[in-house]
Amino acid sequence: MLLNQFLFLAALLFCIGVYGVLTRKNAVLVLMSIELILNAVNINLVAFGAYNSDVAGQVFALFLIAVAAAEVGVGLAIVLLMYRNRQSINVADADALRG
Amino acid sequence: MLSAVVEADIPWILEHVWMIPAIPALSFVAILLFGKSTPGGGHWIGITSVVSIFVLACWSVVSWIGYVDDAHGAATDEHAAVVVDELAASDSLALAEETTDTHADEAVAGEDGHGEAEGGHEVEAKPGPILTQRVWFSSAPFDDFKIGTLVDGQSVMMLFVVSFISMLVHIFSTDYVAGDRRYTHYFALLSLFTASMLFMVLSTSTLQLIVGWELVGVCSFALIGHWWEEKPNSDAALKAFLTNRVGDIGLLVGMIVLFFAANGSFDIITINTMAAAGDISHNLLLIASLCLLAAVMSKSGQFILHTWLPDAMAGPTPVSALIHAATMVVAGVYMVGRLYPVFWDGLAIPGSSINALALVGGITCVFGGMLAFVQNDIKKVLAYSTVSQLGYMVLALGVGAWTAGMFHLFTHAFFKACLFLGAGSLSHACHHSFDMKAEMGGLRKIMPKTFWTFVLGSLALAGIPPMAGFWSKDEILAGAGGWPGTDGNGTYYIPFIFGMITAGLTAAYMARVIWLVFFGQYRGHSHPHENGARITVPLMILAFMATTVGFLNMPESFTSWLGLPDNFAERFGHYVEPAGIASWPSNFSHAKASLSLAFVASLTALLAGVIVWGYYRALYRKDARATEVTGGLRDKWKVLDMGHNLLTNKYYLDHLYTDTIAAGTKGPLAKAAYWFNQNVLDGIIDSVGKGTVGVGRFVYRYIDQGAIDGSVRGMSIGADDSGQILRKVQSGKIRQYAMLMFGAAVVLAAIFIVVV
Repeated sequence: MLLNQFLFLAALLFCIGVYGVLTRKNAVLVLMSIELILNAVNINLVAFGAYNSDVAGQVFALFLIAVAAAEVGVGLAIVLLMYRNRQSINVADADALRG
Repeated sequence: MLSAVVEADIPWILEHVWMIPAIPALSFVAILLFGKSTPGGGHWIGITSVVSIFVLACWSVVSWIGYVDDAHGAATDEHAAVVVDELAASDSLALAEETTDTHADEAVAGEDGHGEAEGGHEVEAKPGPILTQRVWFSSAPFDDFKIGTLVDGQSVMMLFVVSFISMLVHIFSTDYVAGDRRYTHYFALLSLFTASMLFMVLSTSTLQLIVGWELVGVCSFALIGHWWEEKPNSDAALKAFLTNRVGDIGLLVGMIVLFFAANGSFDIITINTMAAAGDISHNLLLIASLCLLAAVMSKSGQFILHTWLPDAMAGPTPVSALIHAATMVVAGVYMVGRLYPVFWDGLAIPGSSINALALVGGITCVFGGMLAFVQNDIKKVLAYSTVSQLGYMVLALGVGAWTAGMFHLFTHAFFKACLFLGAGSLSHACHHSFDMKAEMGGLRKIMPKTFWTFVLGSLALAGIPPMAGFWSKDEILAGAGGWPGTDGNGTYYIPFIFGMITAGLTAAYMARVIWLVFFGQYRGHSHPHENGARITVPLMILAFMATTVGFLNMPESFTSWLGLPDNFAERFGHYVEPAGIASWPSNFSHAKASLSLAFVASLTALLAGVIVWGYYRALYRKDARATEVTGGLRDKWKVLDMGHNLLTNKYYLDHLYTDTIAAGTKGPLAKAAYWFNQNVLDGIIDSVGKGTVGVGRFVYRYIDQGAIDGSVRGMSIGADDSGQILRKVQSGKIRQYAMLMFGAAVVLAAIFIVVV
């Protein structure tokens, strides 16, 4: 069965996404890295769905895509406002909530 | 619907008599809430409710008569005999215990083994009481305590009397108390009074009886003190209430003794059955019946606790009629009748010649009758007359003439209500005064309707044949067994003599009242007039009843003498008396009526009346306005004068209670209480106060300042310090947060893997 390969791929994508989130300073790139993480999950869902011959996995993946789109919408809006206020989209600069 | 034991049809109403007390109780609430805003100030609500319960009561009477007749017929066929055997075989207590939740349980049909075992005398088939009960509350070691209705001849009779008198009193009151400032409240309380009495007469348990008893007491308190703005009225109400409290102690103790004597049951039928079967020791019954006798003495105005009753005249006259005829005072007599087996055995009524009940009754009827002679207030005469007649009833119960006592209660209700309402009518016409000597006289032409009804009521009270009082009084005298050939339950010579004296006394004082009020010359200062229909019509109805109800219980010797068929004789006894059922003494027998006794008793009454009449006529001839002789016998013979003084001072009983007992108790008691207050109570309070101050200081210094403030301060310092440490985590660096999040996720995942 091809399940393992898909899971490896998903794990790889997930790790790349996490790495991106942690290292990138550019907010847009951080968002893109989050997309990678979400899509890793999608791959897992579809793979397990096919493995168990259950469409629920694919249905969940579709929902997840929709949710991801919404999330990106909100995320980009935040980035836009951040740029408007600080003329920068560097996440390191957004530290107004420092304790 | 019915229990399996009996298939005789129980009329619907007899299982639903709870409606009869419920309707006036509802009307009480309705009048209180809406009375003022309805036309007539609420009296329409009251009248509607009493008329409807009167209809229901009549229905119950008719149903009960039919039910008794059915049972009478059924007893002869085989089926009923089987029922009887089953009942006799089963534990007799099961009668009272087989209760369903909502429906009747039948403690029923026919006599049980005792009646059969006697064999010797004829046993009539009598249906037992119809019990409709539900569980009131439960308490662990005892059976469920029940509340419900007990329907038998006695309670059906009371339903009729109470609702009938109450109805007429309501109608009478709409005129008599018209324009009163508490008109609405007056009618509300009349409703509650009626409801309480009906609740009491339908009691299935002694507990329920006590509740009804006390409700009746509190209503009479409120109604006697209706015009409480005047001190004597509120005093009279208090006196009635407090005197009754004395007897109520006896009631409570007696009922508790019976409760334990009957193995923890308040159920009247259970108690009666056990007492009748001899399952309760004689001594316990003796104690219980003596305690209950105290209750009878206060409630039913027996000598020496009767003093509240004449004072209760302070209330509005229709209320007096209600109290004296139907509610309140007959409660005591009713209670004795209801628990008769207890008294029967406890006081050893059968075969005896004197007992406490007969003695108290005998003394009361003579002494009350004598007191009635010296009263100038017409209502007080009637009040003492009630005391005397209640003594008659108690005497009847004491000598074992149960039916005669209940019959006297029945007839007395009509003629005494008639007389009281008559007195109300007189006072309504005469300046609202009740003084026969100062404000009345010669009223027979001015108030003919009141005159004739009053005369009929008086003749009935005096026991002149063929009025109602004659039949009941004659039965009581016969029941005493003191006259040859009457064969009572004992030979009670002394009560018999007391009864005979009272027969004469009654006629004599009523002759005095009629002369003073209706004959001679008018001595008042107003312009009396006959009253309207709302006052005179109830009087006429009552006078009619006072004339006729006596025929309900003509003894057999009279009916055969008159040539009437057999089933005209002793109808009242036939339907009311429960003799023959399990909860009734098995050795109960009936006295025989005696023509010679009836003749002698009537002659005594007539003679006494005629003598008094002659005395006043002679007086009138001498001086038209005179009401008593000056320089007569009383001045010649010191003994008579002393006797008169004794009577006008009511045997000095009020002095004894107020000056000797109350004052003698309250003086030393007050002093002792003051000393106790100063030395003991104040000392305790002082030291408590000082102790409290000391404790307060300690608490402030150590607990408040030290512990509580310290802990509050400690908490704020701790919060500050931990905040200082934790703020370092809040760096504001998003990637650091993400790192923490993923790190935590990794740790959780690791735990997950290790655990699973």
